[in-house]
Amino acid sequence: MSATMAPGRRRLAIRALGHPSFLLGAAISLVVAAMALLSFVWTPHDPTVLDIARKLQPPSATHWLGTDQYGRDVLSMIMHGAVTSMAVSFVAVGIGLGLGVPLGLLAAAQRGLVGEAVMRANDFVFAFPALIIAIMLRDIFGPGAVNAMVAIGIFNVPVFARLAYGAALPLWTREFVMAARVAGKGGGLITLEHILPNMLSLVIVQATIQLSLGVLAEAALSYVGLGVQPPAPSWGRMLNEAQTLMALAPRLALVPGLAIVVTVMGLNLLGDGLRDLLDPRLARER
Amino acid sequence: MLVYLAKRLASLAATLVIASLVIFAVMEVLPGDPAEIMLGTNARPDTLAALRADFGLDRPAPERYAAWVAGFVQGDLGRSYTYSVPVGELVAQRLWVSLPLAAISLLLTVLIAVPVGALAATRRNGPADVGIMAATQVGIAVPNFWFAMLLVFVFAVSLRLLPAGGFPGWGAGLWPAGRSLILPAVALALPQASILARVMRSSLIDALGEDYVRTARAKGLSRSEVVRRHALRNALIPVLTIMGLQFSFLLAGTIIIENVFFLPGLGRLVFQAITQRDLIVVKSIVMLLVASVVIVNFLVEVAYAAVDPRLRRRA
Amino acid sequence: MYRRLMQHLVRGTAAVAVSAGILLGTPALAARTDVILGIRLEPPHLDPTAGAAAAIAEIVYNNVFQGLTRIDRDGTVKPSLAERWEVSEDGKVYTFHLRQGVKFHDGTTFDAEDVKFSLDRARAADSVNPQKGLFEPIDTVEVVDPQTVRITLKRPSGSLPFNLGWAAAVIVAPESAADNKTAPVGTGPFKLAEWVKGDHVTLTRSDGYWGEPVALEKATFKIIGDPTASFAALMAGDVDAFPIFPAPENVPQFEADPRFTVVVGDTEGKTVLAMNNGKKPFDDIRVRRAVSHAVDRKALIEGAMYGYGKPIGSHFAPQDKGYVDLTGKYPFDPEKAKALLKEAGAENLSVRLVLPPPDYARRGGEVLAAQLRNVGISVEIVPMEWAQWLSEVFRNKNFDMTVVSHVEPLDLDIYARDDYYFGYKDPDYRALYERFVASTDESERLALLGQLQEKLADDAVNAWLFLLPKIGIWDARLEGLWENTPVPANDLTEVKWRE
Repeated sequence: MSATMAPGRRRLAIRALGHPSFLLGAAISLVVAAMALLSFVWTPHDPTVLDIARKLQPPSATHWLGTDQYGRDVLSMIMHGAVTSMAVSFVAVGIGLGLGVPLGLLAAAQRGLVGEAVMRANDFVFAFPALIIAIMLRDIFGPGAVNAMVAIGIFNVPVFARLAYGAALPLWTREFVMAARVAGKGGGLITLEHILPNMLSLVIVQATIQLSLGVLAEAALSYVGLGVQPPAPSWGRMLNEAQTLMALAPRLALVPGLAIVVTVMGLNLLGDGLRDLLDPRLARER
Repeated sequence: MLVYLAKRLASLAATLVIASLVIFAVMEVLPGDPAEIMLGTNARPDTLAALRADFGLDRPAPERYAAWVAGFVQGDLGRSYTYSVPVGELVAQRLWVSLPLAAISLLLTVLIAVPVGALAATRRNGPADVGIMAATQVGIAVPNFWFAMLLVFVFAVSLRLLPAGGFPGWGAGLWPAGRSLILPAVALALPQASILARVMRSSLIDALGEDYVRTARAKGLSRSEVVRRHALRNALIPVLTIMGLQFSFLLAGTIIIENVFFLPGLGRLVFQAITQRDLIVVKSIVMLLVASVVIVNFLVEVAYAAVDPRLRRRA
Repeated sequence: MYRRLMQHLVRGTAAVAVSAGILLGTPALAARTDVILGIRLEPPHLDPTAGAAAAIAEIVYNNVFQGLTRIDRDGTVKPSLAERWEVSEDGKVYTFHLRQGVKFHDGTTFDAEDVKFSLDRARAADSVNPQKGLFEPIDTVEVVDPQTVRITLKRPSGSLPFNLGWAAAVIVAPESAADNKTAPVGTGPFKLAEWVKGDHVTLTRSDGYWGEPVALEKATFKIIGDPTASFAALMAGDVDAFPIFPAPENVPQFEADPRFTVVVGDTEGKTVLAMNNGKKPFDDIRVRRAVSHAVDRKALIEGAMYGYGKPIGSHFAPQDKGYVDLTGKYPFDPEKAKALLKEAGAENLSVRLVLPPPDYARRGGEVLAAQLRNVGISVEIVPMEWAQWLSEVFRNKNFDMTVVSHVEPLDLDIYARDDYYFGYKDPDYRALYERFVASTDESERLALLGQLQEKLADDAVNAWLFLLPKIGIWDARLEGLWENTPVPANDLTEVKWRE
């Protein structure tokens, strides 16, 4: 596969342009990312400013999506919420990638006791109920974005470790790895030069999927009060606060919910598309 | 095989011991005092000390750890600080909510996913398939607690057809109890059904491509007959595997939904116990959950190893 | 289709119920004798002498358990198990004359021995009574005869009858006291019938009750923690009353609906923005005064409480005798606040605002943080569960600011305590408070209460926000529930359905 990679780049690009779910997913993801980035320099209003005299206003020219129970601009909160959502899930995936992939590669390269220990440790983390752990982390270290990142990140580690282990193990029996061994290369070098490049596409696809799961997890954590704290807006907390206002202003519950659905869908479509494009074997099966 | 089994058993025991140590240690560093929670802001230091002694919290940590583990092994999970009833009893009560809820939502999942997935597979790339696949994309992306909020608003607050939350207990009758599980089960089932429908679709497509299906077709069986008699049965194997995973997810992953609907299930019990610092309940339930996952994993691996001797060498 | 099926089922059940009614000859127009009340929190157990949770008292106080005295709906002390009492000249010896013919639910007779047992148990070294301090002035409890108890105090105290009316001072029997947490045995008009954990507690009328017969035969306390579910349950008629309704934002919908009575009453909950007087920056009175000027109570009550809640200017509930209106002491004035901060050299303040779980704190805290930011104080919001709040804020005083409601009635003593969490240590206040405690003259006491309130406001110990409202919503045909909450209770003795 790696041999066909380089000349295949252009063909890949062409196929990508003809792949509807990849295009849709990429477009949605880009829009969400652009909205998040834009919020750093501009939002219609300051999402942290309360104006209680203007609370619960319906959508208007000044407030496109209306105002919330404290008179804050909902659109501005959604835009800032995208930053929270993206930042938390990106860092959480980063933690998973940074720790999980090396661990998985190590387990595959060493096998034996080290490999066994790494994989057992993975099972161990997996066995703990995630939300309960997140709550206890909050109680020990205090709530906040960092905590949400760590809580989600921890559970990403075993995912990437297993993926890397599973992908690397068969590669170690392949001819080009054997050849490298005969040439006297060490385990670390082989991993870097031969194993890692050959499983990169798998890792990228998985990272996209974990990113979308991260957005869902961040929303759930901040819904139960474990994520970023006010005044920083977050979609999950907006939903929590909207719960008793459903009869008065249903849009307060609909808008953040739809923001989550659209973002997660975008990332999932992107992930599916990438899988089709990067791994033709899997694509054929679908 | 015996050597393999001994090694795996040792590793299982080590995992459980480490887990119990980790859980116990986390409970120790968790800030907050169960006696303070119980007695409130006017409590005097001597009263707090008396209650702590009553809970057995005045003894040194190693002694408490040993007592907890010894009790746990004998099936005695301790006595809840808050409710002052045995933890085992609490867990059993709560399982009568959590297990039926998981079972109903899994049933709904299967009832939706299998026909829908099969339809998509047999109409591959047709409008029905495209529509179903799009719908499942949405289903996977919907946060279940948000879906739960919408369900409550529509079916409980607006139409007043179903209760918005709470659980009257099975003593109130099958229907009054059952109807309060309908909305939570639907909320849990939607994303799971979307996942399962996709699995069903792709495994049926695979099965339809197998040789024996082609042979059967060649023998003159109609397409729908082939699907029903041959392909479906084979396609269900991966579906069953995923269902197994989903059931354990539904059991442990219902904390938020149980909180949205105020169901007195296991997840809500743990949630409440953490906030009230009913630490004995928290550590015993977390240990139970961890132990059940670890032991099931162990059994599955042993079963695989029994079938496939090559796997034994790995350990 | 689904909906039609449901309607069919619902109609079917109704038909069965109706025909059963005809067959059994139930008089269709007789007033109901059962009631379902919604409560927000589940009690941990049902023994008010072993737990501080208001949810315990909200179920059992005066319904299951009774004290020598009781606190009535208007906050006054009334006789209960003690018919009457006398005080000695020096104010140190109280003689309580007990009611005759009172029996516990298990059939044992109530007499002076039970009173001695209960009070001694609450004072004992191994007592786990949450209000042990109430009994601290008691020196001895003697049984004079089965119908008479003599309580001797270490020093005179006019508040003993009031204190014995607290839920933590109810009388229990030695035979059953140990099991009261799960199987409460009291002398009240109701006894425990059923407790389905996580859903409801049911009380039924107790035969042989000594007092005025009660109208209700059965009362169910349904635990509904979620505000949305509370709203739906009332609207659907699943509960008849929510004595403390949790979501002020939904009240207008009930007010517009003739099926319901909405009663906005008072609690004793003085909601404060507490400041840590014991450390920087709030050890400086100018900073505390700046905070008081920075708070816009009107916007706060509107934003966090949807307009419900009376503003207060000191640590005193407006409905209590001796109240002085001090809400004008620190008018909302951001410029003045900034000037005061500048004067104190505290211009770039950065503080942590700890918020316990109730909505008034979480919502109020969010609004307050924005108001403080407005005068240049940067606020970090730190939400905490009660467990952490109690250990971090209340015990270890590891906080800058917090929002909390002090629900105990007439609790000006907390500002005179040595070790209270907001760290106010003023000798003048203490001297004033001691004069108040020692005083026996009613008009002097009231005057001193006024001075105490003014002293606190002058020192801007905390920023006082509003009195927590008690929003009660119930079926318009139901009468007899309390409008206000002088103490946590849902006294059902006078509750009945209008015919």
